[in-house]
Amino acid sequence: MNAAATLLAATGSLEPAARSFLSPSGQEIVFLLVGIAVLGSAVVSVTTKQLVHAALWLVVALGGLAVEFLLLTAEFIAWVQVLIYLGSVVVLVLFGLMLTKAPIGRSPDADSKNRWVALVVALAAAGTLVTLVVDAFRTSWIDLGAGGGSASVTGASLFRNWVLPFEALSVLLLAALVGAIVLSRGSGRRVPAPRAGKVRAGRPVGSNGTVAATVPRTAPTAVPEAVPEAAPETSASQTSAPEEES
Amino acid sequence: MHLAYPVVLAALLFSVGVYGVLARRNAVLVLMSVELMLNAVNLDLVAFDAWLRDSLHAGQALTLFTITVAAAEIGLGLAIVLLLFRARGTADIDRATALGDPAEPHTPAEDEPVAAEALKGRATA
Repeated sequence: MNAAATLLAATGSLEPAARSFLSPSGQEIVFLLVGIAVLGSAVVSVTTKQLVHAALWLVVALGGLAVEFLLLTAEFIAWVQVLIYLGSVVVLVLFGLMLTKAPIGRSPDADSKNRWVALVVALAAAGTLVTLVVDAFRTSWIDLGAGGGSASVTGASLFRNWVLPFEALSVLLLAALVGAIVLSRGSGRRVPAPRAGKVRAGRPVGSNGTVAATVPRTAPTAVPEAVPEAAPETSASQTSAPEEES
Repeated sequence: MHLAYPVVLAALLFSVGVYGVLARRNAVLVLMSVELMLNAVNLDLVAFDAWLRDSLHAGQALTLFTITVAAAEIGLGLAIVLLLFRARGTADIDRATALGDPAEPHTPAEDEPVAAEALKGRATA
């Protein structure tokens, strides 16, 4: 009796019977419900005919994923998800839809003609992945401990062990920013042409060409006056030109 | 928590993203589906980090890196889509066929509906 009690106490810490699909814990139930919401909104987001609604359903899916991250005790990543995805990526997508003149109402040609091929491929991928993953992790449980993903723990590991990738990633982000600006200023080559024409057209009014042509006829003393007069004008036109451009 | 819950959810979400990438016609919606796939991978990374209890927290660090790369990707991708829209007047990737195979330029309009009908028949069968 005593030995059995100690054996039960020894094995009770592992809890082999309590861990089962048939008796899910509260965390698992919440995870399952939020997961169903995430999956449903993701499906609506990729199948709806209204393009702006697709972006708004994506907000629901990504926000639900932030809740899932919280349930997996990754607090910092959950808030980063809310900030980056809900805050900037979805806004970027909405601006992209707006700037490409996406139709507001239902657009019947939102899906391409190979929709059924895509459905077959997606179902095959889902079946393969779910079968493989369930078979591989059938007996694996996560021991969730609070504070595993708090900001202090994440920051310490990021700046103690992952400094070099972090810095490389910041350079990548800067390069992507500059690249996006350069790409979206695609018509920038057409902008300097009228500015150069304007400078050239403005020059005959007070600049060297007409002055040099008229100087020998009128007076030789006009030359040193006209040259400093023309120089501030061209420099002023050059400095004011970028302001017009921006 | 059983590891199967987050991992199965990530697999299903990835498949939804695959469907979106293959089936959508607007390039902005394709980018949204790519974001869904990246988020599925993020969920996997966070789940494995919590499962393995890595002392380096490699899963969470990699998740942050993935989020950053995704932000850079969608910025550049939308700039390219805007450039395409400015050049062509449309953001449909079906019509961006300048680099496609120029063989049989007149037949696709005829045999695409036939192929779609055949595939529809196969899907319903």
